[in-house]
Amino acid sequence: MELKDFNSTDPVAWCPGCGNFGIQAALKTALVKLGRKPQELLLVSGIGQAAKMPHYIKANFFNGLHGRALPAAAAAKIANRELTVIVTTGDGDCYGEGGNHFIHNIRRNSDITVIVHDNQIYGLTKGQASPTSEPGMRTKIQPGGVILAPFPPLETALALGCGFVARGYAAEKEHLADLILAGIAHKGFSLIDVLQPCISFNKLNTFDWYGKRVYKVGPEHDSASKAAALALAEQRDRLPIGVIYSKPRPDYGELSGLDALPPLAGADISAVDIAPLLADFR
Amino acid sequence: MSLEINVRISGEAGQGVVSAGMMLCRMYKDSGRHIFAIQDYMSRIRGGTNFFQVRAAAVPVHSPREKCDLIVALDKDAVAANQAELAPGGLMVLDKQKYGIVELRERWVDVPLYALAQEAGGTIYANSVALGAVAALTGESFDDAAKAARREFSAKGGETAEKNAAAARKGYDYVSGHIKERLARVDAVPHGCDCLLAGSETLALGAISAGCKFYTAYPMSPSTGVMNTVADYAARFGIIVEQAEDEIAAVNMAVGAAYAGVRSMTASSGGGFALMCEGVSLAAMTETPLVLAVVMRPGPATGFPTRTAQEDLEFVLHAGHGEFARAVYTPGSPEECFLAAKRAFNTAERWQVPALIMSDQHLAESFTNIAFPDQAAEPPDRGRLLRSGADAPADRYAYAADGVSPRPVPGRPGPLAAADSDEHGPEGHITELAEVRVKMTGKRLHLKLAGLAKEALTPTIVNPGAKTMLCGFGSTLGVLRDACAAVRDAGFVHFPQVWPLPAQAALAGLQGAVRVLTVENNATGQLARLLRRETGLEVTGSVLKYDGRPFTVDEVTAALERGD
Repeated sequence: MELKDFNSTDPVAWCPGCGNFGIQAALKTALVKLGRKPQELLLVSGIGQAAKMPHYIKANFFNGLHGRALPAAAAAKIANRELTVIVTTGDGDCYGEGGNHFIHNIRRNSDITVIVHDNQIYGLTKGQASPTSEPGMRTKIQPGGVILAPFPPLETALALGCGFVARGYAAEKEHLADLILAGIAHKGFSLIDVLQPCISFNKLNTFDWYGKRVYKVGPEHDSASKAAALALAEQRDRLPIGVIYSKPRPDYGELSGLDALPPLAGADISAVDIAPLLADFR
Repeated sequence: MSLEINVRISGEAGQGVVSAGMMLCRMYKDSGRHIFAIQDYMSRIRGGTNFFQVRAAAVPVHSPREKCDLIVALDKDAVAANQAELAPGGLMVLDKQKYGIVELRERWVDVPLYALAQEAGGTIYANSVALGAVAALTGESFDDAAKAARREFSAKGGETAEKNAAAARKGYDYVSGHIKERLARVDAVPHGCDCLLAGSETLALGAISAGCKFYTAYPMSPSTGVMNTVADYAARFGIIVEQAEDEIAAVNMAVGAAYAGVRSMTASSGGGFALMCEGVSLAAMTETPLVLAVVMRPGPATGFPTRTAQEDLEFVLHAGHGEFARAVYTPGSPEECFLAAKRAFNTAERWQVPALIMSDQHLAESFTNIAFPDQAAEPPDRGRLLRSGADAPADRYAYAADGVSPRPVPGRPGPLAAADSDEHGPEGHITELAEVRVKMTGKRLHLKLAGLAKEALTPTIVNPGAKTMLCGFGSTLGVLRDACAAVRDAGFVHFPQVWPLPAQAALAGLQGAVRVLTVENNATGQLARLLRRETGLEVTGSVLKYDGRPFTVDEVTAALERGD
């Protein structure tokens, strides 16, 4: 596969210079390395700027409702476990509107890769606070500054037992591509929270701001250690990127018995025989 | 000999009222009676006063009766709670010593249910003692009672089954030896309708028969029964049943799995369905087949969690923002529930629309004896689902004469499967173009609705030309049937599908009627309003009941005779 195999015909509607372009480039690079055809891939999203990604990469796509990408993605994977299912979502979509699904799909351990474009702001609705906005950040709705404590995605995922927790940075495309590939390879729910500057609305967490704080996790980090992972995830002054935690655990397909069945989508339903059930209702 | 008997067993939650009721149903059914049984229970795990009421008859019956010929009180509260429901000439069975009753009233029969149960191994067997007592009081053979007890408890092992049969023996022998009152034995006429099924079970069986392979829901009474039955058979039929974290997840999972090519279903009741509405709209916009059962209970808000209503007709007709085509089925019997499920799966796939099935607590949980559903009915029709990609148009939402485009699914060669909740062009990408918007609305709404209307299930019309015609949808079918059989010059129109409304067929059925009354389990006459809106017909009136309980045949018969 080559990059052009994933070129979409749909014109991109993101702001020029948006951090989304870096994530798009990284995702395409990862897909080329993965080597699966667009027909074997499913990109799922909700609503927001990140959720437009499936329109901009050639593959099967399901652009559903705000906050509801995860249930649709988990179910599509149940329907056809041979698909590679990738969710592109944002901090508002995934941690705000869809927070309950975030919690429970980690518990469900659906074999999906979730890329959260975390720009710490609401872009599409023009600049309100998001669940990950920094306290004190002023917006039109929060003129006195954000007062709520930020939602900690990495720590939450770790606390829930998520088997793959990573953080990337939109400006580190090759590094992010590798994280995405590792997330796809992990059997189970893979979270990749991506630091993403929003050049239009977030004047606080800029490329410059991230540039001063982001650093790559080195080989000394034991990603199989939850304690080590939590120590990294809790850092606020500096922002580690890389695989924070990775440990295999049984995924939904294994736990539900789905893996023992032929893909549900291929089931022959022309002659389901319920006659043997009659005796149960006599 | 009599034509029918109405037996109620009542007690608190946890006393085995339902087991006793099921045993009574089978005892009468297996010896040649028709059955209609209702369940009335409170929203609590223990305590309260619940009942299970079995109408056993020599002819088919489809609705509950008001007064009971025999009431078994399993605790003291049940005596007072049910006294007013005793028919003239009826009997109330109670345990005088256990309940501390000083003096027996007329028509009260003292059976030491708990002392006999203790002799049989423990007070837990009181319900089986009661079964034996009922058998003796109503002229049934002990063997039929014992068979019903063994059947009920067979899953718990042979010893439990035998202990219950032995408890029934004690109740039977006690009445035989000590009680002189008897009720007339009901005529037995052999019939082939030997399955005992409730609407939620046949709805689930219909889904299984239709090839549903993914069922997801969040538990909510009274919709949970459908999920229970599907879950019982999931392993056998290769079905994945997933309890979703909330109803929003459930509907989005059902849509996601259907998009990926699997027949999927979800269900809920009032409040849970309210949460699903955005997902209904999503299915319509993405043109994804969605099968969704709404098993109604009284609202607003939490309402009466375990009781019945038909309050959500207008809600379901309009649920989901925006304008789009949908089908709404309103089956009225366990047989119709089975067919509605099969039809809904076909409609959802043929037209790529949401297909909703409305039921309610009364239909979902009332048992009746029927022949096992005909599984050959409504064979699966997957519409324009693409199995291989050859020769398919590249555009997921290609314009089509009937509004339905070929539907690729992800993971197969050929065209990619696009789905977009935004307004989109034929290729599935976001658009803001006015002319595309108009054409897509024509496809999703006008063309599909016209096609759905042509396929709408025709109303059931009984006694057309009668002076009084009743109209109903859903669970009132049974009471309409029984009332019109009991009263002269009355007929009815029952709608097994309310959207698209088969207006012309309904009007034809009502022609010549002097009086047209809707019979509805709601406070506002929602069906009457729908008929007026869609046909211009002003009904004479509506017989409404909104106390959370189903209509009895006596109530509807009285309304007919009163001339409401």
